[in-house]
Amino acid sequence: MNIGWYLVVSAIVFCIGAGGVLVRRNPLVVLLCLELMLNGANLSLVAFARMWGNQSGQIFALIVMVVAACEVTVGLGLVVAIYRRRLPIDVDELNELKG
Amino acid sequence: MSAVLFFIAAIGAITGAVGVVMLRNPFYSVLALAFHLVSLAALFLLLRAEFVAAAQVIVYAGAVMVLYVFVVAYIGGGEQLTSGGVLRVLGPLFALALAIELCIAMLGAGLSGVSSKGAPYIPGFGTPAHIGTLFLTTYLYPFEIASILLLAAAVGAVVLARRRRGLEPDEDVEARIEAPRPAWTGTMAEAGGIRVPVQEGWPGTADGERVGTTGQPNQEGGW
Repeated sequence: MNIGWYLVVSAIVFCIGAGGVLVRRNPLVVLLCLELMLNGANLSLVAFARMWGNQSGQIFALIVMVVAACEVTVGLGLVVAIYRRRLPIDVDELNELKG
Repeated sequence: MSAVLFFIAAIGAITGAVGVVMLRNPFYSVLALAFHLVSLAALFLLLRAEFVAAAQVIVYAGAVMVLYVFVVAYIGGGEQLTSGGVLRVLGPLFALALAIELCIAMLGAGLSGVSSKGAPYIPGFGTPAHIGTLFLTTYLYPFEIASILLLAAAVGAVVLARRRRGLEPDEDVEARIEAPRPAWTGTMAEAGGIRVPVQEGWPGTADGERVGTTGQPNQEGGW
């Protein structure tokens, strides 16, 4: 398969994730959609690594996975803290930090 | 053969991604994301990224998804939480426009590599040995920084999610603090078993109950 097909799949996955971040209001699902966006970017990184025959892109993808794991940990910690304070679990209601 | 595998994996990945966004129950969204991740790992294998695929299945579809499932089970879900109003319409439109733009940008760029099958295969490309060598030689700094980042995230998650005291007022403790107590209780004099001079008007000094705990008679300043 040509590399272009993989890039198209990665673009579609990224855009589905971006649309989900905009549409959904549950912070858990927003985090899941962020994962989708990171995975789309990962797929294109790995595809470019294959295109150049260079493994640095795979290293980049692994680092992206580490950052995604950190983001999920902190985000889920925040969601649990919000739940403990009996606040609504809804990103539209949690707007105290909005400027 | 590789084309068939590619289309199966790509359709699986896109179906999983759509399922994450569309499904109402967050639990089903998590399951759809796990399916998406496994399909994506198959795509990584087709791109000869063996170690990345293994890490994807083990770390993402294993560990991170278990974390998600725990939090969804703790919080519960199932409310219909799609936003109403402007974003409900503009979000999908924005995503569609972005997808078209990205496809035009990548396929219309005229890169000769995009329409090829990639560079010639080097033996051992993407295996754990090669990736590990790169991590410990060329990319040592990113490797160490990633480990520090993981440590910071773990500590931060524990600090964020722990059970705090003092966020909401604890009535029991406050009632105990506010309650009147007999004079000289809770002091070193009481602990030493010393009878203190009783004055009129102190609470809890009705009938000589201020005798020391050892039952000894009044001693002044014994300590």
